[in-house]
Amino acid sequence: MSPAELQSKTAHPVLAIENLVTEIRSVRGLIRPVDGVSMSFPAGKIVGVVGESGSGKSMTAFSIMQLFPTSAARVAGGRVLLGETDLIGRSPEQMRAIRGSRIGMIFQDPTSFLNPVLTIGRQIEQQLEAHRWTGGPPAGDRGQSYANRVSELLTSVGLPRDVSTRYPHQLSGGQCQRVGIASALACDPDLIIADEPTTALDVTIQAQILRLMMRLQRERAVALMLITHDLGVVAEVCDYVYVMYAGRIVEEGDVRSLFAAPQHPYTRALMSGVLSLTGTGNIGFAVPGSVPDLAAPPSGCRFHPRCPHAMPRCSQEAPPLFDRPSGRSACWLHDEATP
Amino acid sequence: MNGPVRDFWLQFRRNRLGMVGLALVLLLAAVALLAPVLAPVDPFRTSRQALLPPMSPGFLLGSDHLGRDVLSGVIWGSRVSLLVGLAAAATATFIGIVVGAVSGFFGGWVDELVMRVSELFQIIPRFVLALIVVSFFGSGLSNLILVIGILSWPQTARIVRSQFLRHRALPYVDSARVLGMKPLRIMFAEILPNVLAPVIVVASLDIAQAILMEASLGFFGLGDPNLRSWGGMLNTAQGFVQRAWWMSVFPGIGISLAVLGFNLLGDGINEATDPRLREG
Repeated sequence: MSPAELQSKTAHPVLAIENLVTEIRSVRGLIRPVDGVSMSFPAGKIVGVVGESGSGKSMTAFSIMQLFPTSAARVAGGRVLLGETDLIGRSPEQMRAIRGSRIGMIFQDPTSFLNPVLTIGRQIEQQLEAHRWTGGPPAGDRGQSYANRVSELLTSVGLPRDVSTRYPHQLSGGQCQRVGIASALACDPDLIIADEPTTALDVTIQAQILRLMMRLQRERAVALMLITHDLGVVAEVCDYVYVMYAGRIVEEGDVRSLFAAPQHPYTRALMSGVLSLTGTGNIGFAVPGSVPDLAAPPSGCRFHPRCPHAMPRCSQEAPPLFDRPSGRSACWLHDEATP
Repeated sequence: MNGPVRDFWLQFRRNRLGMVGLALVLLLAAVALLAPVLAPVDPFRTSRQALLPPMSPGFLLGSDHLGRDVLSGVIWGSRVSLLVGLAAAATATFIGIVVGAVSGFFGGWVDELVMRVSELFQIIPRFVLALIVVSFFGSGLSNLILVIGILSWPQTARIVRSQFLRHRALPYVDSARVLGMKPLRIMFAEILPNVLAPVIVVASLDIAQAILMEASLGFFGLGDPNLRSWGGMLNTAQGFVQRAWWMSVFPGIGISLAVLGFNLLGDGINEATDPRLREG
């Protein structure tokens, strides 16, 4: 890809979420794990989505794919724009054609996401077959072009070609994750969603996998959505970051400036947690209290019960995202009118 | 041989009874395939030398009341048994896989309906039903195969269903969905290869059951009249049990060994594929 092409591809977001609301019907009433979230994923950029478990970051990914772990969940509002088309309201058939082809996915536990009785090569071929992949040389028979594509993909993720004849149990966790990346790239997607791609791996392997993802994503100018609870990973690889809390975005911004000057009290608390836990890479959050119950979320700003700066207004009115030098932040502290 | 098949063979080889079963099955297959070469005479050829005991010249296992060679009958009869066994079990396995896969994968009312129908099949005594159907529609070879096959699908269906229920919630199936695969591809290209082991076990036991049922129908005079079969030989032997024991004993041994062979083979496969059943 020439620099000019790369430039034009990065101009527009390949995928944009606008005001997305996802609901789950439960015995305790309607839960909104994603509540009015807007995000944008430009080509060739890595966008991090961070938050504690239960913050809605994985649910946002499920909503993009429109595949939920429970049938009680559904997208209740907003838009998911892939290029010009809104994915919400697409038929199951149309969504199937998009999944695994225009949107790739990398999973947390690479070993369990591979079919134990099929060879690696067969599994990637299945995917190419399912999408009638036609990106190969126009002439020649299809089976051969699939096989060529598989070895090309395996080589590009740094695996020897003969891995295609192996079974998942014969590979290490890191190798399986490389296969996962190859599969995500198989049909030349516009966007890759990586949900905690390195959490299940050893620290040394984590770094390798992250470097590999960064390299491939740059080479191919793919947009990458990196879901993680690891701020170290975000600082290391992401270009832009969204911080989620209880189903909403509390802060977003360019990674460098956001890390230099976090605006939202929640983000600041997260950062101080990182600093106190000397860079082991994989840390638990050290914000006192816990994520609120989404069946009965706190009024106003959802962080106010845990916030050291909480004011009366915080429990009455939800703050909008205020423009800040580093990006945007949803906190009443930024409001001019606040005394 | 590739990975799983090789692993399976290494496990299976250590199972003595399973190997005995395999040997019996291979023996049966060899006899059936080589019947024209092995049989001394045409099994239908009658002679005046009726009811000769075993070891008579020209009649190694004796002759029946029409002077037909029992050995040739037993050898040719293996073809009928094996053919009916394999074809009926294949029919049952095919129906069972399709029905069980749909039922387990989609669940809901489809599952409910399929399970009730399979229970209906299971509570009706299979042999009596087969007897009625065959006497009604005729006892040609293809009829026998279809009837036995159609009556035997529920067990496979239930096993496939329970396996699909378990597998449809596993991460590799989620990943297939996320990769945009259609339900049919997920069912038959992704899940099915994972659940084949118990299906093969049941298929092997189905073959034994089908052989037994074909012989039983034959014993009641409902075998294919144009073929020499073990059941048919037992049927003709009924009137001569005291005078000519060899007419019933040798086809009986044939049936027993064939059924035993497939049962041992099935058990052996089961033990080799299910780690919980392995010794030590």
